[in-house]
Amino acid sequence: MNSFNATLRIIYTLWLRQVKRYWRSPARIVGSLGQPLLFLIALGYGLGAVFQQAGQGNFISFLAPGIMCMAILFTSIFSGIEIIWDKQFGFLKETLVAPVSRWTIMFGRTLGGATVALIQGVIVFLLALALGFHPTNFWMIIPALFFMLLIALLFTALGTAIASRLNDMQGFQLIMNFVVMPIFFLSGAIFPLDKVPVALAIVVKINPLSYGIDAVRSLLVGNAVFSLAVDATVLIAVGALLMTLGAWLFSGIQA
Amino acid sequence: MSSQPIISVKNLIKNFGQIPAVKGISFDVEPGELFAFLGPNGAGKSTTIKMLTTVLEPTSGDILLNGFNPVEHPAAVRRSFGIVFQDPTLDNDLTAYENMEYHAVLYAVPKSVYVPRIKELMELVELWDRRKSFVRDFSGGMKRRLEIARGLLHHPKVFFLDEPTVGLDPQTRNHIWNYIRELNTRERTTIFFTTHYMDEAERQASRIAVVDHGTIVATGTATDLKAQTKTTSLEDAFLALTGKVIRSEEASAADTMRAHARAWRR
Ligand SMILES: Nc1ncnc2c1ncn2[C@@H]1O[C@H](COP(=O)(O)OP(=O)(O)OP(=O)(O)O)[C@@H](O)[C@H]1O
Ligand SMILES: [Mg+2]
Repeated sequence: MNSFNATLRIIYTLWLRQVKRYWRSPARIVGSLGQPLLFLIALGYGLGAVFQQAGQGNFISFLAPGIMCMAILFTSIFSGIEIIWDKQFGFLKETLVAPVSRWTIMFGRTLGGATVALIQGVIVFLLALALGFHPTNFWMIIPALFFMLLIALLFTALGTAIASRLNDMQGFQLIMNFVVMPIFFLSGAIFPLDKVPVALAIVVKINPLSYGIDAVRSLLVGNAVFSLAVDATVLIAVGALLMTLGAWLFSGIQA
Repeated sequence: MSSQPIISVKNLIKNFGQIPAVKGISFDVEPGELFAFLGPNGAGKSTTIKMLTTVLEPTSGDILLNGFNPVEHPAAVRRSFGIVFQDPTLDNDLTAYENMEYHAVLYAVPKSVYVPRIKELMELVELWDRRKSFVRDFSGGMKRRLEIARGLLHHPKVFFLDEPTVGLDPQTRNHIWNYIRELNTRERTTIFFTTHYMDEAERQASRIAVVDHGTIVATGTATDLKAQTKTTSLEDAFLALTGKVIRSEEASAADTMRAHARAWRR
């Protein structure tokens, strides 16, 4: 067996573990759909009329891609953070002493976490359809999936990178309030970018999630702010950077 | 013994913040030895093993494992050893079989080898019938048996076992040691283990190092240690070497400090 094949099988095994753990916990799947559903209903129906009066069109259709990406963001970060559990239950040591490059471990895990997040995003897409979301062209979900995967990879890598520096779940609230929430709210997920103050616009442009949402939204309902090429470039570049950073922090873990 | 030692340790030191855990120990292990670390709670046995196996970085000192330095060449070192840690390292949310398969793939054991070997090992530890159960539903002893089986799955040059047989019944201990000894003879696997069972150390180890307060206080065969202390049992030799003071009070103080250290780290 050559080492390339062996590496692929390792990545597949690491991926499979993440997916199995997700699949076997229906409570987690349903539980993590609560928040996106709440946002779709409360914001979508609650602010829909105001939005329409302001001449911005159908708010559910504007909001849905943002909430899909929100589900991906939350699930990815949590998949990454799961490493803390592995540390506490000791399983991480089993992986760390294995003769596998840290990059391969990082890649396999990230791919697994990202897959889970992607599934979650698709479920929210289907929920949004049921709540009155009309994509201009339903089949554009296929290219949109590519961007959703990029978002998922990027934030799983971010979650993993953060978690490799934490030893227990005490930092969790901190991550929630100072990383996840700002990334979500300052991304154009819930408001259009053309009428915001300059300072906010700058923050939004620094936020990689903005590019992901822009791509998914422009594919599903139009109104792009950046171009798809820019979106893809930013997501791939930042994703690769975080993956490398994650692998590096990962190799520094002492158990 | 003219060959190169498979493990060579010189002046190894490990401090956790202010707390010294290993205070400059040196020893060599020859290929094919069954080497035992004996010592009271908190002596520094696990810490030493963790440094040998790339899990912890030494504060100072030199280690060569299979000719490689764990700090400089962790990958080469990781390819040379297998380990059963003292604390559990199973994934509770996977089945017993899935835990085994995960290990086999990560250690690049070919499928044609690992499929029969997983069956053989799970039968050895009498868990084959429970292979589809989730590990979270296992008893402590069952988890331990699974971990040992998993550790034996790939056949490394050096095999570390940190208190492998805690909580196991005599039958299982016997089975497992027979398998390990066979591995040791057939593949010349070096075995490095710790235990608090004196009979186990006496029966299985070809050489014993007694560790206390982070230093090695004596090395030799069980017979050597008894002769050296003029005692008739290994237990008496052990007590003569390490004193009769119970380490629990000291350990609990150290544990409190350790909890603090952990809370404040980073
Ligand atoms: N991560 C850590 N942080 C701080 N102190 C630690 C840490 N790990 C171990 N120690 C301390 O180092 C000392 C040696 O611990 P070690 O686990 O190596 O002992 P041991 O010989 O394996 O004992 P036992 O027989 O109880 O397993 C102890 O005082 C312990 O409290
Ligand atoms: Mg120990």
